[in-house]
Amino acid sequence: MRRLLLEGLIRSPLTDRPPAVDASAVSELARRLAETSRRRLGRSLSIRQVDAGSCNGCELEINALNNAFYDLERFGLRFVASPRHADVLLVTGPVTKNMREALERTYRATPDPKWVIAAGDCALDGGLFAGSYAIVGGVGAVIPVDLVIRGCPPSPTKLLEGLLALVESMAERPANAPKVV
Amino acid sequence: MSALDDMMRQGRRVVAHRPYPRAIISAEAWQLAGEHLAEGRWTLLGLWGEPKAVSMAVLGEGPGEAAVLTLECVDGRFASIARLHPPAQRLERALRDLFGLEPQGMPDARPWLDHGRWGVNHPLGAATEAQEPKAYPFLPVEGESLHQIPVGPVHAGIIEPGHFRFTANGETVVRLEERLGYVHKGIEGLMRGADIARAGKLAGRTSGDSTVAYAYAFARAVEAALSIEAPRRAQWLRALMAELERLANHFGDIGAICNDASFSLLHAHFGVLRERSLRAAEACFGHRLMRDCIQPGGVAVDFPRDGAATLKAYLQETKQRFPSLVALYDRKASLQDRTVGTGTLRPALARQFGAGGYVGRASGRAFDARKNFPYAPYDSLGLEVPVLEQGDVNARVWIRIREVEQSLVLVGRILDGLPDGPIQADGRILSRRVGRGYGAGRGIPRRHPGLAEARGREGCPLPSARSILVPMAAARGGDRGQHRRRLPALQ
Repeated sequence: MRRLLLEGLIRSPLTDRPPAVDASAVSELARRLAETSRRRLGRSLSIRQVDAGSCNGCELEINALNNAFYDLERFGLRFVASPRHADVLLVTGPVTKNMREALERTYRATPDPKWVIAAGDCALDGGLFAGSYAIVGGVGAVIPVDLVIRGCPPSPTKLLEGLLALVESMAERPANAPKVV
Repeated sequence: MSALDDMMRQGRRVVAHRPYPRAIISAEAWQLAGEHLAEGRWTLLGLWGEPKAVSMAVLGEGPGEAAVLTLECVDGRFASIARLHPPAQRLERALRDLFGLEPQGMPDARPWLDHGRWGVNHPLGAATEAQEPKAYPFLPVEGESLHQIPVGPVHAGIIEPGHFRFTANGETVVRLEERLGYVHKGIEGLMRGADIARAGKLAGRTSGDSTVAYAYAFARAVEAALSIEAPRRAQWLRALMAELERLANHFGDIGAICNDASFSLLHAHFGVLRERSLRAAEACFGHRLMRDCIQPGGVAVDFPRDGAATLKAYLQETKQRFPSLVALYDRKASLQDRTVGTGTLRPALARQFGAGGYVGRASGRAFDARKNFPYAPYDSLGLEVPVLEQGDVNARVWIRIREVEQSLVLVGRILDGLPDGPIQADGRILSRRVGRGYGAGRGIPRRHPGLAEARGREGCPLPSARSILVPMAAARGGDRGQHRRRLPALQ
């Protein structure tokens, strides 16, 4: 173990450089954030992930954000266990009818101000599963969505871009339609 | 003559059912099959419904002996198998929810997938409008000083939903009851009438961590039904993808187990190995999880010219890093303390439930679809199947470690022997419709593609098998025009 720790000191870090953030996404999101909430939260956000019916592909890539290459916490972003501790709900999957109520209750349990990010093509509009007897549709069909991150699943870099756009927008000004990146 | 052969001979054989035979059997034979399962002579691979029939796939006594037994349920009822053989329990509850067939004498008659939210009863059978959802009756618990802890469906972590009802007496959990089905998406229903390309994509989205395995099993089922073969290069590329997927999953799992035992250093290091596997997959096939890379008839993407160099560098790096991490896992007493003797699955139970994959292999069940039902290229790659008897978390970690070593060797051998040639047999099959007949990769432990059976003609115009656990496919050859219409959609 000592050798591993020592190597960690000597070897250069594995962490990727942060991806460039789309300026239009930033200004779009900024308009959605009230001045007061920006002041209250600073640049740090707590995220609660909710799987509303995904195939778990999106979860795998969201989990990867915590690995040494993406190191999400360096941006002041972290995953929390309870919606009561969260500023952001990161929701994946087409919302299944069996998960609808749980998602609504999770949203209600999250204190204001709060934002909802829908991650993945299914979360946008139900994806390939739209039209099934067991599916409600995209996340937006159940709770209001502020940002959609496309992809099947979105890569960790893509997820990072979306989350950073949200953080950056805190430094700008307050919109109705969700932004799609 | 084995008992399974005997039963197949007495039943009405379904023609052109490939690659494993299928027979329509009598109610008496159905009962007898249940007894064979209960006595441990056979292993249940799957149990699923159709609107007017119920089928089970079984593994017989002989090596590689598998068959499908179908019972016609004229009055919508059949004798419960779960009454004799508990592993059938959830499968029967699921097919009852979906098709409305009544398993007579079923020991647990509570709904399973149907949470009363679909607005419809029996969506794949005679669908009727549903009433208001009823409260789900959890199993009763009685005793002094017991308390219940409900967890989920939204529970800690970045993870799929599920509801878990812990009943505890102090620190001792005396019962854990699961309620699942929250992510039921109706994949089986969506596949009805879909074209093969769309059905393949649906199969690959059954479970994201095994997207290659599901797409692989579906493709093989379609190919068996149509009596075609993927070109050799495609077969080898599929195995390459499957082994890369296995490596990424095993690295992720070993790290996560260490993390759950509060040893985050190893979690971080295994996370690096997993990420390198995904990046290698992206460099070679254009997608980190290799989603939609396998399609019926072949593969969708060819291996790039510099792919071999990328993978060789990946193999070298991994082979260099992996052993020291394994040594650290093995040497840490505080970690061993939490994995040795924890979560033991007894070999008898693993056999009874036909536990596949590393779970079964850590509990003495020497079954691997790549070995027991050999198919190209695995039949020529010299695969060894590690087996342990202890059945605890530590044994499952060690099976994964041995499989990582195996997969690293297999990837090397595939790179050395990768044949040239086309990667798709016949692109036209992708536009065919899923209709009459079905194929199923049944009883495939997740992440272990391989078993595939398919039926080409006759019978009910519906795919079958429970979609939540098992990838399934439907395809038919022959007179296409007649079946190209879409099947009526459910309301």
